[in-house]
Amino acid sequence: MSAPDTKSAPDTKAAASAVPDVRRRRRPVTGSLLVGGLIVAVVLGMALLSFVWTPHDPTLVNASARLQKPSLEYWFGTDKFGRDVFSQILVGSRTTLFVGFVAVGVAAVVGVPLGIAAGMAPRWLGELLMRANDLLLAFPALLLAIMFAAVYGASTLVAMVAIGIASIPNFARLIRGGTLQVMKTEYVTAARAAGRGPFAIAVRHVLPNVSSLVIVQASVGFAIAVLAEAALSFLGFGTPPPTPSWGRMLQESQEMLSSAPRLAVFPGIAIAVAVLGFNLLGDGLRDRFDPKLEDRR
Amino acid sequence: MTGNVTGDVLAVRNLDVTVGGRKLVEDVGFTIGAGERVGLIGESGSGKSLTALSVMGLLPEGLRATGSVRLAGVDHDLVGADEARMSRVRGKEIAMVFQEPMTALNPTMRVGRQIAEVLLIHRTRPDRASARAAAVELLAQVGLPDPAAAAQAYPHQFSGGQRQRVVLAIALANDPALLVCDEPTTALDVTVQARVLDLIVRGVQDRRSAMLFITHDLAVVATACERVMVMYGGRLVESGPVQEVFTRPRHRYTQGLIGASDLTVVDDRGRLATIPGSVPPAGQFPAGCVFRNRCAHATEACATRPEWVPTGPDSGYACFHPASESPASQSGAHVKGTPMNQEAGRG
Amino acid sequence: MAEQPTAISVRDVTRVYHRPRTSLRHPSPPVHALRGVSFTVPQGQRFGIVGESGCGKSTLLRILAGLDRPTSGSVAIDGRDITGLRERQLGFVRERLQLVFQDPMSSLDPRMRVGDIVAEPLVAQGHSNRRERVAELLEAVGLRADAADRYPHQFSGGQRQRISIARALAPRPKIIVADEPVSALDVSVRAQVLNLIADLVEELSLTLVFVSHDLSVVRHVCDRVAVMNGGQIVETGPTEQVYEEPQHSYTRRLIAAVPTLGKALSGVSAADLNREY
Repeated sequence: MSAPDTKSAPDTKAAASAVPDVRRRRRPVTGSLLVGGLIVAVVLGMALLSFVWTPHDPTLVNASARLQKPSLEYWFGTDKFGRDVFSQILVGSRTTLFVGFVAVGVAAVVGVPLGIAAGMAPRWLGELLMRANDLLLAFPALLLAIMFAAVYGASTLVAMVAIGIASIPNFARLIRGGTLQVMKTEYVTAARAAGRGPFAIAVRHVLPNVSSLVIVQASVGFAIAVLAEAALSFLGFGTPPPTPSWGRMLQESQEMLSSAPRLAVFPGIAIAVAVLGFNLLGDGLRDRFDPKLEDRR
Repeated sequence: MTGNVTGDVLAVRNLDVTVGGRKLVEDVGFTIGAGERVGLIGESGSGKSLTALSVMGLLPEGLRATGSVRLAGVDHDLVGADEARMSRVRGKEIAMVFQEPMTALNPTMRVGRQIAEVLLIHRTRPDRASARAAAVELLAQVGLPDPAAAAQAYPHQFSGGQRQRVVLAIALANDPALLVCDEPTTALDVTVQARVLDLIVRGVQDRRSAMLFITHDLAVVATACERVMVMYGGRLVESGPVQEVFTRPRHRYTQGLIGASDLTVVDDRGRLATIPGSVPPAGQFPAGCVFRNRCAHATEACATRPEWVPTGPDSGYACFHPASESPASQSGAHVKGTPMNQEAGRG
Repeated sequence: MAEQPTAISVRDVTRVYHRPRTSLRHPSPPVHALRGVSFTVPQGQRFGIVGESGCGKSTLLRILAGLDRPTSGSVAIDGRDITGLRERQLGFVRERLQLVFQDPMSSLDPRMRVGDIVAEPLVAQGHSNRRERVAELLEAVGLRADAADRYPHQFSGGQRQRISIARALAPRPKIIVADEPVSALDVSVRAQVLNLIADLVEELSLTLVFVSHDLSVVRHVCDRVAVMNGGQIVETGPTEQVYEEPQHSYTRRLIAAVPTLGKALSGVSAADLNREY
């Protein structure tokens, strides 16, 4: 047989021409990816830490220590019931992560298959699914969550399932776009010619190749969910007492805004930083992953 | 075909293109005389396009050219010239035809205006009206039927071959001293390629422009050019008149390439001559002679870089074991099954 | 040549596409990609299809592979009519006929290991002993067995085309349909891949349908050739004959337009290539 085309070192990339090869070399870790990842890691660390240690019991009402200023004893001070603000922030991060996972989970578990199905279906069916999707997209997420809370009672889970449902269209739309691109490639044609059914193509070819889109959208969705939970808790439709939540801390601080503004500042900063972190992470991941769909031409 | 400096339109000396310490083009030097048509052939990773882009000052971000590129009538070196100076040269003294005509045209602008614009930018036509008339004339020269209507059309209304003709019309608008063509017919069908090739050659002949024609296709170069330069692994490995290089190649790579591209010569089993192995990725060619890991004639001597051996004013090769001067024999290329585990280039 | 059983038979195939309308008043005119194409390929033949972009060769190829359906006419593979069959009834086509694509980058899933890519037709058709077969196939196309654990981007264009060929051979097909398999390759590796295809076709006694825009490649590879233009076959015959004595004016123009080293060195200029016949 003809001469073996031996390959060089495993990490070498053979490219069609020199210029794209240079650009395709390992993408640099961007600043936003680094900072975003760091913030998310800190939030994650806080949540994990809160399981084993908090300075005080975050739910312990202590009438003798009401509205303390920040001190060595109470790092971020105490609220009007004498509860330690820092401990509440720590435990509240659990709620934050929980809402993120539930909302993104619901949105991804429904939205990704829906997007792939709409991308692989015959054109008219795909269009129909997308128009239905647009309808849902037009429905405000918070309104949906308030309706859910009214029907099923206010709880973190209910609120977040509602936010998750409202985020489905974002996922479905994005994933359908990615799927349409993947379906045009020759490797999908090759798989069809090899006798692969649609389900196998969806799982083995489409899903891995749109996974980067899913990751990017998930981190952005996470930020949206955290903000939505805060808003709902603030309105009283979210996490019920006594479970600490950054959103509800904000709401409870409202009446003391003039006398003890720090009660609003700490949870406010926590929310802002966490949302920023997830957004930066999403941006960073987008920079790193997104061009892949085209650059694999 | 002049060897003296004064007649040269383009003089490239010691051109290197580097990215992050890797050399993609190394020590390339050549000259092109007035009205001369020179081909630059090479495979992927050979550095032929980077050489062209360096001449145009259009290297992508992150790539750096060093050395010297001088153009007759321009009083500064093109290497390292800033964008403002380059933009006065580009489109006037030196113009380029790209592989993808669609991306070279502005999709939102009528083609007549795009042609008129290059005339106005370089002030070769005094006013809009005369520039517009000249644009229609240029479209007629590249053989578009109904040039007046074509001038009013947008790029997407043309076929690929027609778009390439529009690009050519823009490139030729200011009668450049040098036309650089980077694979201008590769994306085109055979019959369209023939037509565009004809127009390019006629266009530069009419204007007595010099041409640097980059392609991977030996037959196209042989058809369109008088002289050819062969690049491999970022270096010039051979150059000379088309007739000479293609009938009596000296460098073993050129010899192998001609053998592998000739589909009419087969062995007793009906198989084509091949060059073993594959082209390494850019910047990962072996040190010394860049071809030695695929060459049947390579010896230890090839681990050092072969000197350029001039065989004429504009011809020469860089090989320790050149093919004999008698007409091409295919024997050199015909070595199969040589396993080569090159760990090419830098680690 | 003794009468061979027919591998592929195409009878009066047409394919009409309807484009989405671009005007509110009139529907867009339909596109006739194929207008009455007929030919037969006996088993063991190397059949070339030559034409320029838009001539309908890609549509024809998709129909042959059961990936698209003709608007009218019929296609039979090994004597069995495949027109009108549903996707799941096409199993026998998938086993007998496999495709090799033009672009060795986009025809391999970047997220899959080479071993899984080559094994895909085997998985789809429920074969066992896949690992051994994959190693055997990789060796047959001139790659090392450890290539199975790598990803496509770690290979050069020529090597990727070898992977693509290995995948096509996996289910032991009798017919290979190759769509411009060497036009994206470097000159120095093109000959290798053409030789590999020739070797495999011979060793495995395959029927080859080879689609290309390049008449000189088809001339080297194929016994018979069909020249397509505007959705029709304008000329068909033994390759040498079509090349030496083209009958149709389009074929003449096509042959004249192909630049070759030989022609160029004997003084054929660009203007000569462009001459109308």
